[in-house]
Amino acid sequence: MKKSKVVLLSLILVVLIALVPLFALKGAEFGGSDDAGSQKISQITGEEHEPWFEPVLEQAIGGELPGEVESLFFCIQTGIGVGILSFGFGYLVARKKYSKDEDQ
Amino acid sequence: MTKRERMLFAFSVVISAALCVPKRACAMHIMEGYLPPAYCIVWGAVCIPFLAAGVIAIRHLVEEKRRSLLILAMAGAFVFVISSLKIPSVTGSCSHMTGTGLAAILFGVPATAILGIIVLIFQAILLAHGGLTTLGANTFSMAIAGPIVSVLLYKLLRKTKLSQNICVFAAAFLGDLFTYCVTSVQLALAYPSPTGGIAASALEFLGVFAPTQLPLAVIEGLLTMVIVIGLQTYAKPELREIGFLKGDA
Repeated sequence: MKKSKVVLLSLILVVLIALVPLFALKGAEFGGSDDAGSQKISQITGEEHEPWFEPVLEQAIGGELPGEVESLFFCIQTGIGVGILSFGFGYLVARKKYSKDEDQ
Repeated sequence: MTKRERMLFAFSVVISAALCVPKRACAMHIMEGYLPPAYCIVWGAVCIPFLAAGVIAIRHLVEEKRRSLLILAMAGAFVFVISSLKIPSVTGSCSHMTGTGLAAILFGVPATAILGIIVLIFQAILLAHGGLTTLGANTFSMAIAGPIVSVLLYKLLRKTKLSQNICVFAAAFLGDLFTYCVTSVQLALAYPSPTGGIAASALEFLGVFAPTQLPLAVIEGLLTMVIVIGLQTYAKPELREIGFLKGDA
């Protein structure tokens, strides 16, 4: 298969795998992990488990991080990553395009 | 069967496996305060040599292979992006991937440990996701154990006649899954089941993680492969420099 075809197919597959559960499992919670994990621990040990250390940020602001702010931080993380990745690929692609050396 | 038919069949097996799993909730990194202090210290201690080797490896890279720094930054950025995307899975809950497979294949385990711990610190402090007390355990599972599997599998598969892309996919896929196996064992060691001991507890946690993580591991494998294809096309000199592509520049 050609390279571009492989890339295109992979990307389509990624989107499918990521989105299909959302439509297939209507009404599912798609909740986060923390509660589920701690429930599992209490289920196994048979007693309620108290974390012995609170996240520093939650200590500082005295409560749970608001959902909107949390998504802001997640976006920042994604943004930093995507920024560096696209800078890198932009640089590399342009170098190949304008370079005289065929092997670049 | 022709090549295309075989691929179609393999695809159907993956889909059916993904759809047959029971509906359960899941967890990602080990939460803040959920490992007893002794375990936090031990897992942290295990990570130290890897991190030290990582600092050395990256220093050598800076001094001797400056050109490849861009690729290292991109591998780190890949971990940033991938581990920030929470993706809905077939089990009805969300989880995210590790993204460390790419760095592991390109730069080896020690350098990956450094990239991984940067992301984990970011998430632990700002997002209350994972945690500072469980940093050692999470670093070990995501940035050391997973990458070790990726690197070993990649080297092994490269000895066969499989194409490089498939090797990359398989290595990233299995590294991601293994990360969550290690997390299960870590939780099981700290919380053995009163009836079945550590093994029963590990299976219990694995039952929570594995079905959720399986489709995500496929996504991670595919994305890693796409990035590697891109690098192979546009960054041949750098890949030769770090020994990923054979032959002279």
